[in-house]
Amino acid sequence: MADLSTDFAGIKSPNPFWLASAPPTDKEYNVRRAFDAGWGGVVWKTLGLDPHVVNVNGPRYGAIWGADRRLLGLNNIELITDRPLETNLREIKQVKRDYPDRAMIVSLMVPCEEWAWKQILPLVEETGADGIELNFGCPHGMSERGMGSAVGQVPEYIEMVTRWCKQNTRMPVIVKLTPNITDIRKPARAARAGGADAVSLINTINSITSVNLDAMAPEPMIDGKGTHGGYCGPAVKPIALNMVAEIARDLETQGMPISGIGGVTTWRDAAEFLALGAGSVQVCTAAMTYGFKIVEEMASGLSEWMDQQGYRSIDEVSGRAVPNVTDWQYLNLNYVTKARIDQDLCIKCGRCYAACEDTSHQAIAMNPGRTFEVIDEECVACNLCVNVCPVEDCITMERLEAGAKDERTGRIVSPEYANWTAHPNNPAAKAAE
Amino acid sequence: MANSQMTPGIVAGRLPATAYSDNFDDLHPPYDGHEAHVAADRCYFCYDAPCVTACPTSIDIPLFIRQIATDMPEAAAKTIFEQNILGGMCARVCPTETLCEEACVREAAEGKPVEIGRLQRHATDTLMARGIHPFERGAPTGKRVAVVGAGPAGLSCAHRLAMKGHDVVLFDARPKAGGLNEFGIASYKTPGGFAQAEVDWLLKIGGITVELGAALGQGLSLDELTGQYDAVFLGIGLAGVNALRAEGEEKENVRDAVDFISELRQASDLSTLPIGRNVVVIGGGMTAVDAAVQAKLLGAENVTMAYRRGRDRMSASEFEQDLAAQKGVRIIHHAQPVAVHGNGAVREVEFEYTTDGPNGLEPTGETFRIPADQVFKAIGQRLEGAPEGITLEGSKIAVTGAGRTILAKVWAGGDCAAGGDDLTVTAVAEGRDAAEDIHTVLMGG
Repeated sequence: MADLSTDFAGIKSPNPFWLASAPPTDKEYNVRRAFDAGWGGVVWKTLGLDPHVVNVNGPRYGAIWGADRRLLGLNNIELITDRPLETNLREIKQVKRDYPDRAMIVSLMVPCEEWAWKQILPLVEETGADGIELNFGCPHGMSERGMGSAVGQVPEYIEMVTRWCKQNTRMPVIVKLTPNITDIRKPARAARAGGADAVSLINTINSITSVNLDAMAPEPMIDGKGTHGGYCGPAVKPIALNMVAEIARDLETQGMPISGIGGVTTWRDAAEFLALGAGSVQVCTAAMTYGFKIVEEMASGLSEWMDQQGYRSIDEVSGRAVPNVTDWQYLNLNYVTKARIDQDLCIKCGRCYAACEDTSHQAIAMNPGRTFEVIDEECVACNLCVNVCPVEDCITMERLEAGAKDERTGRIVSPEYANWTAHPNNPAAKAAE
Repeated sequence: MANSQMTPGIVAGRLPATAYSDNFDDLHPPYDGHEAHVAADRCYFCYDAPCVTACPTSIDIPLFIRQIATDMPEAAAKTIFEQNILGGMCARVCPTETLCEEACVREAAEGKPVEIGRLQRHATDTLMARGIHPFERGAPTGKRVAVVGAGPAGLSCAHRLAMKGHDVVLFDARPKAGGLNEFGIASYKTPGGFAQAEVDWLLKIGGITVELGAALGQGLSLDELTGQYDAVFLGIGLAGVNALRAEGEEKENVRDAVDFISELRQASDLSTLPIGRNVVVIGGGMTAVDAAVQAKLLGAENVTMAYRRGRDRMSASEFEQDLAAQKGVRIIHHAQPVAVHGNGAVREVEFEYTTDGPNGLEPTGETFRIPADQVFKAIGQRLEGAPEGITLEGSKIAVTGAGRTILAKVWAGGDCAAGGDDLTVTAVAEGRDAAEDIHTVLMGG
């Protein structure tokens, strides 16, 4: 049976599933329930200096739903912990003492001044926590006070604060990155330059989830007004996956442990983050939607999949897909596919036809009897028909063998690999000659 | 009252008083908002959707379902009513399992179609509950049209004509408008007085005068109508019932199923409606099922439906047959009545088994008898009192195009006209299309 235990930047946990710093990890009661349910670790909800912050007293969350009111995206305007520092520290210590095998990471956010970090770090260290996570990510509320994403958006600040932390604690330092930037590699490089042991990402994405059209105000609405909040949940996973991969394959940051965050809801989501370079994953929205029990599905599913694939440890999975993440310019232009419709599976809804005819390349014919067939002369293999087809595997992309004729271009498919860098239409390629 | 299902003869009150409202409640209860959302989300928004093709009124089903999914059931209702002004009734009584829902690609994919009928009801009920009539009359044309028969075809025709600005007089022989919607459909399909509410709502368009108690041969003649009006639409339905042609069918308590259904529909207290302990229904169509199921729901102990051909030939849909079976109706196939026995009143019906031979249905010679306190005949209706000068095709009024009869100013549609299934939705389509044609003729000169 696969070994799910994890050693992440020196922080050990029985499985790679951690609860992210968020409402589920705000206090002892919740965290004990989480550990009892089987979570491998928690990142305690962000601590700040006293006097503690206050939260709004109206709604803190907004949501996007899919079919049957399935929660797809959650947005929040909650701030860091609104309990006294001393209370949190006491609880952290007690929980860590009672669950020594679980990872206990403490998220921190204090002003961008060294004295503040010097003040809080020893207090956290005293709890016996396994590590700290620097919250440079929250895009709402705290950022207006020069913290959270206001720091995470300035690589120099990241490097500076990270260095302060490394100099003032023996605990491993994880830097949590905000996605509200243009190039995620810059803050990741800054974290590494400051001596960070690891990064975690993504924090939430700045967002307005919806507008109340009666009140003409954004949701969640507080007394007729709304503000931007942090977006998370399944909807943000693709954004998070890309950012994790960018850091995993960047020459300056490769090898740095990454804790993957963003819409992890199932074992498969976790496996994908691991494959793109994460060494652990953090979960919040899924737990907030379904409760702590979901970790059972995640752990058993990941274990089952690893057994099926012959992976024995998390390390064997971590980063396994990274070599296959490349730049567009290196994609093989001699890889030619055509859509193929399985007539036995087709239920004749015609969505492929509407999509292709209206919005793509007019490469699907609607024949008598509502039979849909691909016109090879027009098919550019865009994959839209595959994506809109409601029947799994009904439409597939089949590769043309080398030597076959591409009916669209009239060219014979070459067995050679050839990418844009050498393509005759590429001005840069010509200039190089 | 001490009567029970076991009480011999034909008596009322076989069930506890509370059982009637339960038994005759909505067969398909309306969706609540969330249920409608979930059901609507299953629609794939097919291209050139097969369900639209399968709908006799060509309602844009994917569009109205998408409108429900996006929280606009009122807009959905308008989409429906533009094609089918009786979309509320059709949502309740259409055999969707043989029309739109049979064509649904999800029926092909997983044997579970999008529940189009119930979604349609959700939309139409929402708008109608708000008392909104979504159409306005066009500018008056000064033309007058007589519509004879206020059933689905006549109502649909009258409404479309009124929309076009014509003045319509809508005649019906019965004391209420609605035709089969009011008198001829099982109660559990349209409870709560919906048929009359729908008529009232439809008439909000204005420009329609209803004259009840008037029919061809009863105060009206086609000659006079064509003289007084610019056009006449006949939606007179099928008033006659076919005979069994079995010995003794004149005996007491042998009735037309349509009369029983009509009586039941008009009864203010179902516990006072007498029903036999043993009821036999003869026929294999929707009317037979409606009568048999309702007899059972009234408390009859044994209800037998006998049809002379096989199951595959029954015109009642599979859903209807299953409904009958589920309610405890015994269905016997390949049995035709040969005699009704009894001294004055029916006591037994004698059947003979049949088989499908090379030359059609053949009796096998084997007979059996079923006890019967009541017999309901439901072996088809026929046109009665066709006006003179009208050409028939088979036993119905011959029409060409959008309901044009042989007479220049006379159109016909619904069950009385040849062609098309005898369905509410088909009648609505025919009434609507005839109205459009009448309008074209009247305005085109």
